[in-house]
Amino acid sequence: MKDQFTIAKKKFRSRLIVGTGKYKDMNECAKAVKLSGADIVTVAVRRVNISDKKKPLLMDYINPKKITYLPNTAGCFNSEEALRTLRLAREIGGWKLVKLEVLGDKRNLFPEMIETLKSTEILAKEGFKVMVYCNDDPLMAKRLENAGASAIMPLAAPIGSGLGILNTVNIKIIREQTNLPLVIDAGLGQASDATIAMELGCDGVLVNTAIAKAKKPFTMALAFKNAVLAGRQSYLSGRIKKNLMGKRSSPVKGII
Amino acid sequence: MKKIKKIKIKLNGKVKQIPKDFKIDKLISDLKIPIKKVAIELNQEILDKKKLNKIKLKKNDKIEIVHFIGGG
Repeated sequence: MKDQFTIAKKKFRSRLIVGTGKYKDMNECAKAVKLSGADIVTVAVRRVNISDKKKPLLMDYINPKKITYLPNTAGCFNSEEALRTLRLAREIGGWKLVKLEVLGDKRNLFPEMIETLKSTEILAKEGFKVMVYCNDDPLMAKRLENAGASAIMPLAAPIGSGLGILNTVNIKIIREQTNLPLVIDAGLGQASDATIAMELGCDGVLVNTAIAKAKKPFTMALAFKNAVLAGRQSYLSGRIKKNLMGKRSSPVKGII
Repeated sequence: MKKIKKIKIKLNGKVKQIPKDFKIDKLISDLKIPIKKVAIELNQEILDKKKLNKIKLKKNDKIEIVHFIGGG
């Protein structure tokens, strides 16, 4: 049986989504994306540089026909800004699959969930397929689902913090209650964090800083690719029960 | 020679002088912007890229031209 990652009826090979920010340059970014094996990359919508036309364009390095661009509303602090950004993104090239991220605090970068919920509802009605960055709050995740989200993307920890998954219980509860794609977004620090996310039953992970700011981004991209695969296989294989006491691996019968 | 009247508009947050009755498609092609890779907003309204040749710019119009860049 083929184990495919499906979002809004679209199938993807890789369960690793990578961000394209914070890299040294476009070359480094493109190579890391390639090594990660990701089919989806997040991108930001920003003003074209009018004065410096020679500035390299992301589309010249990562082909949007081969890799799915996931426009993101990073940097938006209210619903209005987020909606404006995603409507513009759609106009650039017909993108409907988007990442909604409405932040509430400039220091901790936690999502502003009231605005996020409001935006999800409007975007879903406008035909967008919305992957929603959110808190690891099961009740809020449910409300997003009811509002028409296409994927739930709870944080592991604050964006760029590298702290790893802080609340595995909440993630498990969210997994339990939803059939929507569940993607851990933000806060991962190393490859094993991605394995843990996948072993909790998540459908995918989204990573940017942990790869882009690693001392060696290329090997870290590979490490994350393998970690996601390992975690998924481990999850599908069904782990053993945890026991307080030891259990022998070799039979007692025949001991000399 | 008749002097062409100029007007001021705001392009991506910066003031720019253009001839009166200048059309948006001309502005985009003059700036050598790859139209397929951008979206354009005029006074906070998204423009249909197929209809740019029909829109004449007016004094104090605000234009935003955006594209995709690296982001998380």
